[in-house]
Amino acid sequence: MKALARSPWICHYNCNSCNGCDIELLACLTPLYDVERFGVINVGNPKHADILVVTGSVNHRNARVLKNIYDQVPKPNVVVALGVCTSSGGIFAGCYNILGGIDKVIPVDVFVVGCPPKPEAMIDGFAKAIGLLDAKAKGLSTPLAEKPRICMVPTVRPEAEAPVSSEKA
Amino acid sequence: MVDVPQWLIIILALVYAPIIGLFLMGIERKLSARFQGRIGPPLFQPYYDLMKLFSKEALVLNRVQILYAYLHLAFMMVTVVLLVLGQDLLLVLFAHAFSTICLILGGMCVRSPYSRIGSHRKIMQMVAYEPIMILMVIGIYINQGSFMGRDVFLLGKPMLLTLPLIFVAFVVAGMIKLDKSPFDVATSHHAHQELVKGITIEYSGPFLGIIELTFAYEVFVIFGVMACFWTTNLWAGLGLALAGYGTMILVDNLTARLTTNWMVRYMWSIPLVLALSNLIWIYK
Ligand code: SF4
Repeated sequence: MKALARSPWICHYNCNSCNGCDIELLACLTPLYDVERFGVINVGNPKHADILVVTGSVNHRNARVLKNIYDQVPKPNVVVALGVCTSSGGIFAGCYNILGGIDKVIPVDVFVVGCPPKPEAMIDGFAKAIGLLDAKAKGLSTPLAEKPRICMVPTVRPEAEAPVSSEKA
Repeated sequence: MVDVPQWLIIILALVYAPIIGLFLMGIERKLSARFQGRIGPPLFQPYYDLMKLFSKEALVLNRVQILYAYLHLAFMMVTVVLLVLGQDLLLVLFAHAFSTICLILGGMCVRSPYSRIGSHRKIMQMVAYEPIMILMVIGIYINQGSFMGRDVFLLGKPMLLTLPLIFVAFVVAGMIKLDKSPFDVATSHHAHQELVKGITIEYSGPFLGIIELTFAYEVFVIFGVMACFWTTNLWAGLGLALAGYGTMILVDNLTARLTTNWMVRYMWSIPLVLALSNLIWIYK
């Protein structure tokens, strides 16, 4: 295993989430789950990170910020998206300002579903991300994640749909 | 004693110092994790971290900053070489201070406010611990009648017996040097702080690796100096250094980060008085 896969440092960006996912992510660092066993350190700085962890449903305002932060993570890197918000918009889906998934802004390597996902699921996601980091460190190309099929998309009312399309145009 | 050529000593010191330093850092992370009820990373985690950092993409913000990172490392290597060859301790002190100043300048030449505040605080850290270092060297001078590091070994009796209070003050100063709580105001090795990563925030990939490598050298220097307080027996020296290092880790886990002003006030009162009273005591 490459050294990169043995010391994946994560940087966490709250991209308009309800904070549920963020609290569960921090639970991963507590003595009960202790992800530092795998060498994971939570750094507050994208320039030191290997894994960019994004929570929340991206909106028109912070899409630019998310892109900027992603560009600051040195290659090879992996993006992990936590919660259904990051795949479909979750409970925010259909709001006038929601883009509907962070994969519209940056390439996502691992989706972790749940609202919020359990810490065990997150650790599983990190394990997948570590595998991808290992492959990337060896110079292999890795496929992007498929959007999870379990999405919390409420039926969108037509009047709520209208501003989204006008914003995009 | 066997006559070893000087160049061999220099090469061995430069190769083994960071290896020992990284190992000590590994012990520290494991121990801290156990203190917090966690299992903690593997013992060799700092080696993996360093290897990873050197394999990452090199993002250069500005060339001067990178130059300062290299100078930071170079001066620290000079410090290690001077110390291992038993040279003038004042010179060791200057080379060491230059190394820190390079880090400060590197933090100053970027636009990030976090990095700049980190640099300011690093200056305050230097203000806090340098007097202790100088008093320690003066104490060693009074003790043996010369500034040469190698004369410590000719003394015939351990330094700790004549300089116990200075040793205590040095352990406290070492905690500032190694960025341990409650003194880790400029940058910190674990968790977030209000400065995110402070002085090293704008370094990434291999350049952060250089800073980490320098830190490993620095751990070796602090550990080595603590061991030199008991020179007559190797195991006693090692035990003393481990006790000092263990105390640092314990206090690091017990206390929270405090303010810069508090740090300067504290260092200029209790450890400084300890070191001064030790000097008065041994003054002939
Ligand atoms: S997925 Fe659920 S818990 Fe996570 S940010 Fe969205 S709404 Fe909150």
